[in-house]
Amino acid sequence: MAYKHIGKNFTPPDVRAKVTGKAKYSEDFRAEGMLFIKLLVSPMPHAIVRNVDASEALKMDGVIDVMTADDVPNIPEPQMPILTNHPKYVGDPILAVAAISEEVASNALEKIKVEYESRPFVIDPLVSLFPGGPDVHDSGNVALFRGKAERHKWTARDFAAADDDELPRGKPQSEWDYGDVDGGFSKAALVLDETFVIAGHPHQSMEPRSAFAYWENGKCYLHASSQSHTFNVPDYAKYCGIETEDLILIAEYCGGGFGSKGTAYPIATIPAHMSKKVGRPCMMRISRAEEYYLGSRRNGFQGNVKLGFSEDGRLVAADLYVVQQSGANDAFPDYANAGLALSLVYQPVAMRWKGIPVATNTPPSGAQRGPGQNQLACVMEPLMDKAAKTLGVDRLAIRELNAPDSDSKFGGQRSPVSSAYLKEAMRDGAERFNWEEKKKESGQRNGSKVIGIGVGHAFHPGGSSGFDGLLRIAPDGKIHIHTGIGNLGTYSYASTSRVAAEVLGCSWENCVIERGDSRRHLPWNLGQFGSNTSYTMSRTNYAGAMDAKMKLLEIAAMDLGGNAEDYDVGDDKVFSKTSPKKNLTFAQAAQRAIELGGKYSGEEMNEDMHSITKASVTALAGTGLIGAAKDKYPTKGLPPALASSFIKIELDVETGKFEIIDYVGTADCGTVIHPQGLEHQIRGGGVMGIGMASLERIVYDPQNGLPANVGFHQTKPPSYLDVPLEMDVGYVDKPDPTNPVGARGIGEPLMGCAASALLSAISDALGGVYFNRTPVVPDMIINALAEKPQSYKTLQVSNQ
Amino acid sequence: MSTKDMMPQFTLFQPTDIDNALDLLEKYGERSWKVAGGQDSYDWFKDRAKRPEAVIDLGGIADLHGIREVADGIEIGAMTTLREIVDNPMIAERYGVLAQAAGRVASPQIRNAGTLGGNLCQDTRCWYYRSGLDCYRAGGNTCYADTPEGMNREHCLFGASRCVAVTPSDTAAAVTALDAQMVIRGPAGERVVPAEEFFIGPAINITRMTVVEPNELLIAIRIPSKWAGADFYFEKVADRNTWDFPLVNVASSMIVNNGIVEDIRIVCSGVECVPKRIVGAEEIVRGSAPDAETADLAGSTASRGATPLNYNHFKIPLMENLVKRAIRGNV
Repeated sequence: MAYKHIGKNFTPPDVRAKVTGKAKYSEDFRAEGMLFIKLLVSPMPHAIVRNVDASEALKMDGVIDVMTADDVPNIPEPQMPILTNHPKYVGDPILAVAAISEEVASNALEKIKVEYESRPFVIDPLVSLFPGGPDVHDSGNVALFRGKAERHKWTARDFAAADDDELPRGKPQSEWDYGDVDGGFSKAALVLDETFVIAGHPHQSMEPRSAFAYWENGKCYLHASSQSHTFNVPDYAKYCGIETEDLILIAEYCGGGFGSKGTAYPIATIPAHMSKKVGRPCMMRISRAEEYYLGSRRNGFQGNVKLGFSEDGRLVAADLYVVQQSGANDAFPDYANAGLALSLVYQPVAMRWKGIPVATNTPPSGAQRGPGQNQLACVMEPLMDKAAKTLGVDRLAIRELNAPDSDSKFGGQRSPVSSAYLKEAMRDGAERFNWEEKKKESGQRNGSKVIGIGVGHAFHPGGSSGFDGLLRIAPDGKIHIHTGIGNLGTYSYASTSRVAAEVLGCSWENCVIERGDSRRHLPWNLGQFGSNTSYTMSRTNYAGAMDAKMKLLEIAAMDLGGNAEDYDVGDDKVFSKTSPKKNLTFAQAAQRAIELGGKYSGEEMNEDMHSITKASVTALAGTGLIGAAKDKYPTKGLPPALASSFIKIELDVETGKFEIIDYVGTADCGTVIHPQGLEHQIRGGGVMGIGMASLERIVYDPQNGLPANVGFHQTKPPSYLDVPLEMDVGYVDKPDPTNPVGARGIGEPLMGCAASALLSAISDALGGVYFNRTPVVPDMIINALAEKPQSYKTLQVSNQ
Repeated sequence: MSTKDMMPQFTLFQPTDIDNALDLLEKYGERSWKVAGGQDSYDWFKDRAKRPEAVIDLGGIADLHGIREVADGIEIGAMTTLREIVDNPMIAERYGVLAQAAGRVASPQIRNAGTLGGNLCQDTRCWYYRSGLDCYRAGGNTCYADTPEGMNREHCLFGASRCVAVTPSDTAAAVTALDAQMVIRGPAGERVVPAEEFFIGPAINITRMTVVEPNELLIAIRIPSKWAGADFYFEKVADRNTWDFPLVNVASSMIVNNGIVEDIRIVCSGVECVPKRIVGAEEIVRGSAPDAETADLAGSTASRGATPLNYNHFKIPLMENLVKRAIRGNV
């Protein structure tokens, strides 16, 4: 289909401010009389605060106030608290000091005496599951996402039944299965039974989660580092103890979140509470070290996967057990997502999944790009190689044989997908990479260098539905597209706004995106997480724009005669299809909408929209032609985001270091609505995947629960010199039937496909050493090459 | 626990000549702190783990800056930036190993500000010590890294003495391989110390890494002409290819005559608190051809005496391989 805007590159409106430094992030704001907050955080991994003596600090010049958990709303465990008297990890915020400068606040912290009562702590989930093992939460050690904590202990017999190198498997928290799993294994030509560990790295957002807040006339103005907008307003209001309409969220730019700022997080409201207490604006800048201490990270995995293959490589049975290292909160359900991902990407004939999320005395875990799906890719893709090599099947062919298509089902519920073109993505990638030729280079030596060829795939759900679109055509003819999705940095807020322009056939230059500030009257939209924006917001904006379009046609019919069907829109006009000279400009139509009132100008509206959207429509009523509608377009199953990667490396057998020579990433995300944005996502996800697979570190000292990695130089995200300068990208570009413009999301699997392809390439270069562990770092490779034992125990966590 | 990123107050001095700086050091002694490029100092201050009363910024002392020819080789002012060393044609031509090592320090931004003197005098990166724990090196009475559960992947193979930290310096290996002489000035005048004696381990002094006393200054590094134009090798293996400290690095200088190695110095950082001279390997190589056979034999002895900790035995094959490469090249 020929589109005017969709599939075309454009310059998103926030780019210039970002590259010139004019963009204002939370910590860039200033207000008269503002104070600065510093946090006192727990030095212990698990403790009870018995006493706080801040008397000396409060006597210091310039110290205004001290706020503890007793001064802020209690958020019940296992959710993250605002401040706590029961610190559950090193870095858990206990109190906040407000002072006239950060220096004074920091000096004050040193004068505050806190008495702690130490509690047993746990870093390794298996230690907590052992009878008598420590529990992070009062009510137990298994914390369910947005739910309660429960106590789960396995029996000593469960542990005794497993060898040291084997995952003990007691009762799971959750499970499902379909098909004849055991029968599948008994008939399989090859069965792999593997224990694995995947590290959960920090999100590595460039902007720490600084926040700034003040109150005016009973409303709280909160500047927070947020991926999402409207979706987070109710939760931020709740954390502030106020009604939704009294919370003004300002979050125009986000310096990276990668999932960690997708939903509201309680500590962002510390300055709001302090500001209310002291009656002055409060700034809380979060340092880089604090971002690592109290920010967020991916869930770690310990697990076992058993895979049964037929002779030709078809996956006939799969059995996955995931023990999740959750951190000190109700962590995201990565463990469950991993099971769904396995069932979707590899389409096992029969499958069983079990999982249990275990709280540990490590920082709160949150969704990170491909939460569960990307860990699963790192588990599975090297094992697909192992199976292919054992069976004598081509490594790409085995993946294609097992890949999903549009008729595929997934999960225990055997749920449908809206469409899936992973096989097409594989073929596109294989062609760009020249798989048939390159695979012959596998294992070739040149001096100390050996070539490794890798291939990887990943999945994430790619969209949602049921949110509200809102736009306003002003009497000056400008089309104001209101978007509450947020701005996490991918520019998809802008590219999906262009769907509205497409529907209205108007010029992009005449469009204004309203976003980033609750005062701009934003609609109820989902958050900008879960690779959903392209799918969800293209539907949403389509709905809002179609509502506006109908109103334009009706006004034209009213004023120029005939029926609405006789008219169409284009070139910022509504015109007669038969005699285009009979037309109204959008400016004229907007003026008429104001005169007509009622639904045309937002004085009446569809009742099925969210109260936040309705409030925004009411605020805009009478100022133009209002298009506002809930997305009620049909759905058919889950819209998947799917991605494929190919990597060639040269690994130096004397140093364990490798260089990535070639990278190809291909996306299956339905219709491409913004090619440049997609290409950046493919490359950026690739870089993040390289970090996940081979560079990043997250080490905890088991003696005192201390994190070893609290700076970029210690956590080691990839640098320019660790990634290929050229990364080839491709996309299938086949429309999804359930989206009005055919789009699906894509962001998350672009990391997992790269990470797993790199692991595949490393194992290939090493002639078939499968670490069953992510990341694979130089010391592991050196030990493998030297045929020395690895330093870690098979199931050890937080050691890399 | 405070969460860092805020310097406490101190008195800042910005002397413009060496004598003035020495007077200040004499006055404040252990309560003073010398800032060269500041790339490490400011982190210490922001973490509030080091709290000097007087900070003496050496950046304004012209005499500490620059690269000049002297009677026997060249002399590099301690405040010469790493970038200037990388870019200097004389160093590139005669002492390439130092240029290479300086070029692999940290990142371009840090090399623009960081100095040779600062890089040589930098403190260890042991993460326990950097966390502000009361370990031996911080004046306490325990080591957190050398325990059955300590996370010590980056720590030492050699020379443990209560502390198991290593030198993280890339240039330290290079100047030791060049047999550099370190010019130190203090209240009693000037003394010149060979690089090998300049760096000290925990058995000598557990709270610092060099012989420079609190009231002294490293003012220059002299590279003797003996090694000018020798066959050099430098390689650094780190997790990342920039902005990272070495897991192990190797620097070597080799004088070859008629295919036979006349003299050689091979030094590794990242394996001991001081740059580790691999004397056994040097001895094997002297008088032999620098071929693969010699390299293999010498390399296999390089780790002799190593006592690995729980997480760092990978450094043994790694340093052996790097020593081999230093002799035969990276082929």
